[in-house]
Amino acid sequence: MKLSIVDYGAGNLPSVERPLRSLGAETECVTDPAQIAAARALVLPGVGHFSAFVRGLRQRNLTSALRQALTSGIPVLGICLGLQAMFASSAEAPGEPGLDLIHDEVQALPTNVKSPHIGWNQLRRMRKSILLRGIPDDAYFYFAHSYAAAAGTPHTSAACDHGFPFAAAVEQDNLMAVQFHPEKSGEAGWRVMRNFLEWAQ
Amino acid sequence: MTLARRIIPCLDVDAGRVVKGVEFAGLRDMGDPEELAARYNSEGADELILLDITASRDGRATFLETVRRVAQQLNIPFTAGGGIRRLEDGHAVLRAGADKVTVNTAAVERPDLISELAAQFGSQAVVLSMDVKKTSAGWEVFIRGGAESSRRDAVAWAREGVARGAGEILLTSIDRDGTRSGFDCGLTAAIAAQISVPVIASGGAKTFEDFLTVFDEGQADAALAASIFHTAEHSIGALKQYLAGRGVPVRLSR
Repeated sequence: MKLSIVDYGAGNLPSVERPLRSLGAETECVTDPAQIAAARALVLPGVGHFSAFVRGLRQRNLTSALRQALTSGIPVLGICLGLQAMFASSAEAPGEPGLDLIHDEVQALPTNVKSPHIGWNQLRRMRKSILLRGIPDDAYFYFAHSYAAAAGTPHTSAACDHGFPFAAAVEQDNLMAVQFHPEKSGEAGWRVMRNFLEWAQ
Repeated sequence: MTLARRIIPCLDVDAGRVVKGVEFAGLRDMGDPEELAARYNSEGADELILLDITASRDGRATFLETVRRVAQQLNIPFTAGGGIRRLEDGHAVLRAGADKVTVNTAAVERPDLISELAAQFGSQAVVLSMDVKKTSAGWEVFIRGGAESSRRDAVAWAREGVARGAGEILLTSIDRDGTRSGFDCGLTAAIAAQISVPVIASGGAKTFEDFLTVFDEGQADAALAASIFHTAEHSIGALKQYLAGRGVPVRLSR
């Protein structure tokens, strides 16, 4: 299985690449539209600011190739900002359009809870999940974010609560995405990546 | 569903070795950073912090190499720092495999450093580390490894750091560091009540009860310790079992 990891200039690629490789995947970092068009499966990693992501894609001329690839039906795994980028927009960067494959918006965490939401939290399963297969219901995952998309049907397979119920895992057709960092979530996180790889085969 | 309180072992490194000082002075060799990192990762540590305590200019390459090697051992979050003065220093640490960078003295001297790092890498990647000592003026922030007063009030500095984009505060009590007399819960609670980001309490851990108290009375989101874990006096797994048994939400590894 070859995974193309989209390099838009702000993601921490090695920390995502290492576990995927040790789980048996072949990985490449892709930086141009032709590579994205040729990809068999994509990983959208992401840390940092929503606008850095959107602008990073635009500066590298990747936006339309990426939107086409995501709608073509190939397996996609979005991580953290990679999940948020699939939405229409984000309160973090008003006016910067997201990839809009899920027609909802990403919101700021409310002010009555600590923000960023940093640390290990549990999930609430909303329906049968491919990514969370075989993982105990009370498992913890590592989150580090200040914005989130409200949990919604049908896209959200698992929610997490921090100020409001937000989408912790999204599974919509070929789009798989998690708000937490599977590469930083110990055994449970590696199982999520293994589940993605098995499904993507 | 609750956000777990975190247990964070800290590796102070000097010239590629883990060392431990007492009240910021007098270093003792505690082992190999990679070996300790691998052990803590498998024992259920929630995160690892690596601090370059020499932070000399020529030791920089050695430290980055240590960051790179330690990162390979982990599938948990990893914070590194010590001697971060410019945006580029932070970038180098993150590029070497850390998820977050800590700033201390240079941020006090030039607070814009916090804003610059947060703008570039996001608040979730910026940890403001502050070393605090009780003086006649109150809780004062000290710099240069605790050697010099900055004349800044700890609560005011924590608030400014958060306003500038720090995503977490690593709060070390100089009075307690290395003394094994328990965390400074008064200091920790005073800071935690005033800011909107997580607080990592540090300095003074000895017993399991110390951790219980800092989560309970100190309202800490995370607790850091070094020597009690390095000497294998306490295993992280046993500590977490103890806390779970007393109603503290922790992530138990299986």
